[in-house]
Amino acid sequence: MSELAERFETHDPGEKQVAEKIRCDACPVMCYIADGRTGACDRYGNVGGRIVRMDPLTILDHAAETGGAVVPFVAEGEAWGGELVNTGRRFVTAIGAGTTYPDYKPAPFIVSQEVEGVDLVTVVTEGIFSYCGVKVKIDTDRHIGDETAIVRSEGEAIGHVTTGEYGSQMLSLGGVHHLTGGSKAEGRATCDALLNLCNRKPVELAIDGGATVIVEAGKAPVIDGKVEHRMRVGCGSATIGMFATQWRGLVDEVVVVDDHITGVVSEHQAGKVLGWEDTGIKIIGRRSTPGRYFKVSEPGLGWGGTTISDPLSILGDWNAKKGARPGLSLLMVSTTGEQFAYYELDNDLKPVEKPFPDRLQKSVGLIEDNCEPALCTVLFIGGAGGSLRAGVTENPVNLTRSVQGLKTYVTVGGAPVYVWPGGGITLMVDVTRVPEGAFGYVPTPALVAPIEFTLRRDDYVRLGGYEKEIRSVEDILARGGEYLNPRQGTGAPVDNPWPPLAQLRRAAANGAG
Amino acid sequence: MNSPQAHWLADGRRLHLNHGPIDLIVETFGSEDERRAAYEQAVARFQTILIELVEELPELRLPAFFLAPRDFASQTARRMEAAVMPLAECFITPMAAVAGSVADEILGAMLSGRRLDRAYVNNGGDSALHLGRNQSMTVAIAGTGNGMADRVTIRAEDGVRGVATSGWRGRSFSLGIADAVTVLARTGAAADAAATLIANAVDLPGHPSITRVSARDLSPDSDLGEQLVTQNVGALSPIEVDRALDNGLVVAEDFRRRGLIAASALFLAGEARICGSVALATPNKHQAKETAHA
Repeated sequence: MSELAERFETHDPGEKQVAEKIRCDACPVMCYIADGRTGACDRYGNVGGRIVRMDPLTILDHAAETGGAVVPFVAEGEAWGGELVNTGRRFVTAIGAGTTYPDYKPAPFIVSQEVEGVDLVTVVTEGIFSYCGVKVKIDTDRHIGDETAIVRSEGEAIGHVTTGEYGSQMLSLGGVHHLTGGSKAEGRATCDALLNLCNRKPVELAIDGGATVIVEAGKAPVIDGKVEHRMRVGCGSATIGMFATQWRGLVDEVVVVDDHITGVVSEHQAGKVLGWEDTGIKIIGRRSTPGRYFKVSEPGLGWGGTTISDPLSILGDWNAKKGARPGLSLLMVSTTGEQFAYYELDNDLKPVEKPFPDRLQKSVGLIEDNCEPALCTVLFIGGAGGSLRAGVTENPVNLTRSVQGLKTYVTVGGAPVYVWPGGGITLMVDVTRVPEGAFGYVPTPALVAPIEFTLRRDDYVRLGGYEKEIRSVEDILARGGEYLNPRQGTGAPVDNPWPPLAQLRRAAANGAG
Repeated sequence: MNSPQAHWLADGRRLHLNHGPIDLIVETFGSEDERRAAYEQAVARFQTILIELVEELPELRLPAFFLAPRDFASQTARRMEAAVMPLAECFITPMAAVAGSVADEILGAMLSGRRLDRAYVNNGGDSALHLGRNQSMTVAIAGTGNGMADRVTIRAEDGVRGVATSGWRGRSFSLGIADAVTVLARTGAAADAAATLIANAVDLPGHPSITRVSARDLSPDSDLGEQLVTQNVGALSPIEVDRALDNGLVVAEDFRRRGLIAASALFLAGEARICGSVALATPNKHQAKETAHA
């Protein structure tokens, strides 16, 4: 651990005040700032013994459920008079709230709101997650690396390839061992990659023995320099099943090339049902059930996620006794419809490529149309540790129980999260639902993520919450918080429910209200 | 905690790099591929430069002594120490060269393996320049309305690759009263350190209309400690202005004779002194034309 990190970790509450000078923790310089002065950056200053931050605290405006445009507003310190657009559904996020590491005092904002006659509080802080990472889903059938292969960023190991899902490759990145368990360079590279992925920036990842992938949340993956456009519609066998009727009467044989299961229509159950005739085709590969072949090729970047660039290479000799004849027509297509070719057998029963006929264009187009756009999706996963919870309540385990008992609604920058069952508060959130730029870092290294806990005021008080620190939204808009930074209003992402209401409805549905 | 940021400025040509107190404007000239690669190298180098400096900050804030050069882990810190070493007969800390050294370091990283016609890294007025053969660059300086040129053209053969400006009105503290002292030198770091000391020397010790405050009172962890830094300069008589500028000029001439700087321009209360032969004193053609027109 670096000297800097140690200093960060050990600076104790008493140290923060040196006469009327304050230590700013906004950047690694950690200036002491005298009253009325700014730090070396001129961006943060000491006003009346408090650090003032120029970056605004983010307050989301949730549109009424009936719809209507949400107009962002900007509140600048004292000048804010509450006169701008206000749907009445504000939510103070933890973005820009400031952190209270090591959480020896109440969270920066404990906000009260009355919703449908019930007093709710939202406890808002920027949590420091030493235990955190991202799960990345890359929609592609291409083989990007073997399971458990190391994933690198800037040459450093930051995670690994994990078990693939239907039509997608999965990466598990970050975690405490890469962040703080390895070399300084490894920790720094891991922290950078996680931060950029969470803030929806593109990150280049190199997989040992596999591909180089550019991952950007919500965007198509770029694999070895090639943009992936579509997910496959299904495996080769499924594709045969879906489209066999479309091909009937238009072509004598169809092979759907796939790295998992390659399908052959004349042998496939779907073809048989339609009375498809034998063609004497021979697939080089391991036959699973009729018309379904495993392992026609190694996984790769060619046709249908195989290494194949010439699809004929998976075909053996054509057998005249089983129906092969000169002029027999053959369509070969990949599971995304992106690669396709048309052949006819010559007098020697060798397939010869011919111009692609119009009559088959529609079915190939249909495969492509049925493929969803390929995306990278990034889920942040982190555990809210003991110290973070202590900023919410004097008795941290009560918060855990309240979250697990669905009495406390957890959000990250206002976005809904999935809380893992079992002990602790381990949560996952889709970073595209979190307002942009919401994630930060500390040089430990660890990520800083906004986290908000919304629960009934009486529940909050009962579980040992800091009742005296509860403030109204209006008060926070008017006076800000410890960092005295301007408040910034912004429209909440449309899909995110308004957290206080979400909690209330959930509580009612669970009979916990 | 905020992380390093890189953004294109609105003109789409210049890159703005920011991390904490560091703000760099970077521009390159050359073939598109080379420029792109150079920007990538600059951004890559920028990721850790502040963290590296912070790790050695306590030592960098201590005075350098010319008989005992120190070794630092980071390349930028080594540049800082090297730049202040020839000046370390009097009080100076490597922090006097931090802006120029950061500019030099980023420029160095940017040029590594690249072929660019020209490039510059401007760190809040302290700049590192790259000039290929037969290239030149025109730099705006704070020559404020006194008949001096406000543009200086630096040619490749001048041997100048650093431009820095210091003065009490700027972001860093100054012990002197110069409005601005601009220095041309071989590196950004050398220009930065020299400008700091020349600006400190433009002074009228004990003058009642100069307000001075202990650096520590303004910024508790300033490398200047209890030394008094200039916070305001009241009315000065023309004779006093001359005397203050001449005090600075003595130091500037000394630096130039020792080969530490190529040239310097000192500004105070509308008056100026020029040290060195670079085209600093050339009348501004554009301005002359306007005057003629009027």
